[in-house]
Amino acid sequence: MKNRIFNSITILGASIIMYAILAVLMYTEILDEYNGQLLTLAGIYVIISLSLNLMTGFTGQLVLGQAGFMCIGAYSSAIAIMTFHVPLFFAIIIGGVITALFGFLIGFPALRLRGDYLAITTLGFGEIVRVVMVNLKSLTGGAAGLKGVPSFSNTGNFITDDIIKFTWVFGFVVISLLIITNLMRSSHGRAIISIREDEIAANSMGVDTAYYKIFSFTIAAFIAGLGGGLYAAYFGYLNPVMFGFMNSANFVVIVVLGGLGSVTGTIIAAIGFTYAQEWMRVFQDFRMVIFGLALILVMLFWQKGIMGSKEFSIVGFARDLLAGRYSIKRIISKISKLIKKWKEKKQPDDRGVK
Amino acid sequence: MREVVQQLINGLSLGFVYALIALGYTMVYGIVKLINFAHGDILMVGAFAGYYVLGRFGVSPVTMIIAFIISMAICALLGVIIERLCYKPLRNSPKIAVLITAIGVSILLENGARVLPFMGPNPKQFPTFKNSIHIIFGYTVSTVQILVIVVSVVLMLLLTYIVKYTKMGKAMRAVSYDMKAALLMGINVDRVISFTFAIGAALGAAAGVLFASSYPQIEPYMGFMPGLKAFVAAVLGGIGSIPGAMFGGVFLGVAETLTKGFISSELADAVSFGILIIILVVKPTGLFGKNTREKV
Repeated sequence: MKNRIFNSITILGASIIMYAILAVLMYTEILDEYNGQLLTLAGIYVIISLSLNLMTGFTGQLVLGQAGFMCIGAYSSAIAIMTFHVPLFFAIIIGGVITALFGFLIGFPALRLRGDYLAITTLGFGEIVRVVMVNLKSLTGGAAGLKGVPSFSNTGNFITDDIIKFTWVFGFVVISLLIITNLMRSSHGRAIISIREDEIAANSMGVDTAYYKIFSFTIAAFIAGLGGGLYAAYFGYLNPVMFGFMNSANFVVIVVLGGLGSVTGTIIAAIGFTYAQEWMRVFQDFRMVIFGLALILVMLFWQKGIMGSKEFSIVGFARDLLAGRYSIKRIISKISKLIKKWKEKKQPDDRGVK
Repeated sequence: MREVVQQLINGLSLGFVYALIALGYTMVYGIVKLINFAHGDILMVGAFAGYYVLGRFGVSPVTMIIAFIISMAICALLGVIIERLCYKPLRNSPKIAVLITAIGVSILLENGARVLPFMGPNPKQFPTFKNSIHIIFGYTVSTVQILVIVVSVVLMLLLTYIVKYTKMGKAMRAVSYDMKAALLMGINVDRVISFTFAIGAALGAAAGVLFASSYPQIEPYMGFMPGLKAFVAAVLGGIGSIPGAMFGGVFLGVAETLTKGFISSELADAVSFGILIIILVVKPTGLFGKNTREKV
């Protein structure tokens, strides 16, 4: 418990500093409107990728229908705002809760299905959601889409609008981070990781894998739903086409690039992915060709992703700092160890000879 | 009742196309345990190859056969190249890495076709037989439907012959049963895998020409949906099982056509994926799949 309180305080502290810096940068227009918008979108991607990482990275269940969860969250939030006039914050939460319900339901097939079969089932789920959204014309506007979802704020001043948008998304990023990091530090989290490592072993050690799988799916879907709600308010327009299979695939790519089971990796990869997508617009038609090629090359030569399953932990850093573990001597010895390791790596190994 | 039978005939011809594509999925999965997401796009390449042959030489039964042969050859080659360059280096990697590579290949093929000057993003009209209607026992059957069913049945018989009665087929079955043991028995596993990809891609190409004949419009993204559906079909029948893929494809085609005919044409996709989920939940390895128990 102490552990988790410390974790929450550190993350909150670090995010407040981070937020203050970014908000000032945006206010002084050092980060212009375009970059501010992009950063906000990156925040939404971070939330949804984090939720996928909980299912795929931590629980070890391959999910190819993330866009389906996102779609449910986006539409339920948008409908809550537009039809029932729920305030934005509660609408996003409602989106999360409804999506969590579907996550709970999708958790059941996950009990019986493994690996590829689950991947296919979730893929099917994503497609079903999309088709159903097209067909529920009275609620969702069908294939024409749902227009006029109210934005986060409409003061007319672009700078304040952007900062308010960014604040909303940033706030929810912090909420998702808190949920996931605290979960992974609890006994529930350890049980979830044990499923990834070896389900049979976990079962025989008395871990109720069925319960933890459904639990993880529900929480992950909740977070994805939050992301979906923010997505709806961010774009102001929803169309089932936005939630196709390629969208799900993008999130899988982000999570794998960041490193399965690494929260920091996911954050870096999600932000990087959002920016890369924008920068590649200069290539016009060749953009997706390059993307496909890059995907193949990355997987061929760099499977571990940015972080592997390691973390760059602010919390660990803060704890060490407080415990006075950062004497200069220690830092020097750590660096020399790293250099030694790196040198050893360069030497040819004889593993192949055995 | 009459109408049900009529729809069954229509469904059968769609189902055979799905079955042909599904065979490619199931054979590749049976051997390397990889969901080859790029398979649907092979179908697209096959359809384009057929388009150029038929566009060049006009449509007649002879050119149709030539179109089939050329597009199957091109796609077999493409399948082998993809396997050698993209999947072979990853044979011992985590599954998710190979899966993403497959998605990458799929994106590359789709968008590569979009930017290639002679293919391009705009839909093209596929030249095919004049769609005259025949009346058999009071039911209407179109020329294209007959073409689809005849070609599919011939190819499936050919495939069954290859898998069951040739040396290569024996090797394929051995590799899919146990790759390591097959290697130890002196089977050239790499060659068998390449051969499997070639056959799968060739069947996909044939399906592409047939699909384009039934829905005569081709464009770079055309392979995505039939690919996904055929994949569902393969899983329905029990992925890795060849009769399973044939049955799954026909079953899915019929189910989809019946939904289109009697319920709602827009819900057809949801119905096929719904069937998939229900069958997987009830029988996780599909209808014809072998139930392997997991051992510690």
